[in-house]
Amino acid sequence: MAASLRCFLRSGKNTVSALQRRDFHRSAPAAVQMTVRDALNQAMDEELERDERVFLLGEEVAQYDGAYKVSRGLWKKYGDKRIIDTPISEINVLLQAGLRPICEFMTFNFSMQAIDQIINSAAKTYYMSAGLQSVPIVFRGPNGASAGVAAQHSQCFAAWYGHCPGLKVVSPWNSEDAKGLLKSAIRDENPVVVLENELLYGVPFEMSEEAQSKDFTIPIGKAKIERQGNSITLVAHSRYVGHCLDAAAVLAKEGIECEVINLRTIRPMDVETIETSVMKTNHLVTVEGGWPQFGIGAEICARIMEGPAFNYLDSPVTRVTGVDIPMPYAKILEDHSLPQVKDIIFSVKKTLNI
Amino acid sequence: MLAIISNVLRASAQRNGAAVIMSARTYADFTTQATFEIKKCDVFKLDEGPATQVVLTRDEGLQYYRTMQTMRRMELKADQLYKQKIIRGFCHLYDGQEACAVGIEASINLSDHLITAYRAHGYTYTRGGTVKEIMAELTGRRGGIAKGKGGSMHMYCKHFYGGNGIVGVPLGAGVALACKYQGNNELCVCLYGDGAANQGQIFETYNMAALWKLPVIFICENNRYGMGTSVERAAASTDYFKRGEFIPGLRVDGMDVLCVREATRFAADHCRSGKGPILMELQTYRYHGHSMSDPGVSYRTREEIQEVRSKSDPISMLKDRMLSNNMASVEELKEIDVEVRKEIEDAAQFATTDPEPPLEELCNHIFCDMPSLEVRGTNPWAKLKSVS
Repeated sequence: MAASLRCFLRSGKNTVSALQRRDFHRSAPAAVQMTVRDALNQAMDEELERDERVFLLGEEVAQYDGAYKVSRGLWKKYGDKRIIDTPISEINVLLQAGLRPICEFMTFNFSMQAIDQIINSAAKTYYMSAGLQSVPIVFRGPNGASAGVAAQHSQCFAAWYGHCPGLKVVSPWNSEDAKGLLKSAIRDENPVVVLENELLYGVPFEMSEEAQSKDFTIPIGKAKIERQGNSITLVAHSRYVGHCLDAAAVLAKEGIECEVINLRTIRPMDVETIETSVMKTNHLVTVEGGWPQFGIGAEICARIMEGPAFNYLDSPVTRVTGVDIPMPYAKILEDHSLPQVKDIIFSVKKTLNI
Repeated sequence: MLAIISNVLRASAQRNGAAVIMSARTYADFTTQATFEIKKCDVFKLDEGPATQVVLTRDEGLQYYRTMQTMRRMELKADQLYKQKIIRGFCHLYDGQEACAVGIEASINLSDHLITAYRAHGYTYTRGGTVKEIMAELTGRRGGIAKGKGGSMHMYCKHFYGGNGIVGVPLGAGVALACKYQGNNELCVCLYGDGAANQGQIFETYNMAALWKLPVIFICENNRYGMGTSVERAAASTDYFKRGEFIPGLRVDGMDVLCVREATRFAADHCRSGKGPILMELQTYRYHGHSMSDPGVSYRTREEIQEVRSKSDPISMLKDRMLSNNMASVEELKEIDVEVRKEIEDAAQFATTDPEPPLEELCNHIFCDMPSLEVRGTNPWAKLKSVS
């Protein structure tokens, strides 16, 4: 796929995904290629091993190895007690008192069946009980558009879950994000929603030596600057970080240097990193796959206006979003329902008045 | 407390029927225990049901009486405070249903777990909350069991998970899953009403509990009305104890504390022996309307309420049993009433004078174990603080 090709180019390796070749080197190579799927798998494997109270439940996670194979091999290793196949009951059983469950939703579209439990029980309980009852639970699964799965299976839930106090919401982009954020989510004492992306599961990314460690975590609530630049700030989460980097590569040829920020966490959002960047570049474009109204970009706009960065803006913030329609099926229509690299390039130039 | 009248020398306590051993009616002459015949439970997918001959000791009787009377007076006081606008919002009262909470608690341990819906004040008490904490929570004060942040429907204490606005049944099955996972021989009692019994999530939970043989006791408190809708108007089948289909069920007289206790004992044994979930329907009645905003007489007659009060009141039933079997005296029970009244008065006094939670508390308890977090206030300059 075009996306994976670009990832290879970006990481600088022209070889097909390399496995560690200890027999050819005196020491193990510093970085390794790993797909997002394997990174998530490794994160869960390590956390299951580390803490007996952690377990995974969801549809097809055990014997089927996971609908998207994210939990491949875990049932074989940990057995029926720790990896549980559930019937189609998104409601699943939530308050596993004293345990640390990972609840997989086959896609976050199905989480709407359990959303009462996620919001009213998981998110609010610590507050309602004034600190008596904590809920250390992780909800994870693919979020947003996939390919050709049409309207009921393509919605992005970042804004819905990002709206609610009591929840933490993360949205990893690459393999390091996936592993580090999922491990942090599992170790967190609070309910965390992990919005993965199905199209990224099979994409290999470089994993640094640090990221390969069993204790590698990424703090929830901190964004990452993936690319430094001076001309304009691009903020995105999940798959669109990749799109922004692609757009930045094209724009660089025209002398426009984009600073690309990977949000990593939707809630609590790291607005400071965005503000610092905007105060340097004076221009901001947000990119997301979700619908425009009441979305991530809308929130960023509001926060920028309320903070110190507003006075540094040379033009209004531009939001690049999914088209405000239910997702159509036909490929040509689907392609035009979501932000493409050319849309980002176009928006950057408009924002810069070029 | 009354001087504990030792009556233990009555070694010849009769076994059959209610025997009365009399000399003089002094405190030292009470029967230590008596056997009672209780209503037989209807069973579903069970070969046998709970026992119909049960033993009640004097101490147990006094304890149940005191607990039920405390719950009754607590709810009536809440009614009063609500009408004085000292309690606001939603307030769902439990009076009439006391035998359910007391009977259930009598057959489980505090180390077991319980979750219910919004008619939860009674359970908060039986699970270990104090009247003071409960009333202060209703009035929204800092001394409340949830520091004033939960209110009537969201009270918690150890092994008691509320107090849920909709239904806590799926959550309860999760607790049972944890019990099974940890192998601690504990079980979870999941309560819901006749209205909630028609919800899809209940059936999903039945399925999972039965599939995984979770130690759950599902209990449907059937008080005949889901808000203003009678059971006949809401359910295609009002045999709630059969609705579990593949889960064995019992229909129990929920106005008789001994029936409830015996049925719960039966159910708990069932669960703890690894047989999986079991369902109990408690036929009970609430004297108040659905909540304080419902007078409760537009969908049922005053005569009906009066009839239940005179013929089936749980506290009266227990009182009559104890008095007619010489297990207590009228004066003794009156003394308990006086003590209970005082406890409630003191609690109400506390609940009306304790200050409201401090504003600094507003944003606390969003997240667990987090260092100080900033929370947006009503305007961009209002930056509030949250501490775990």
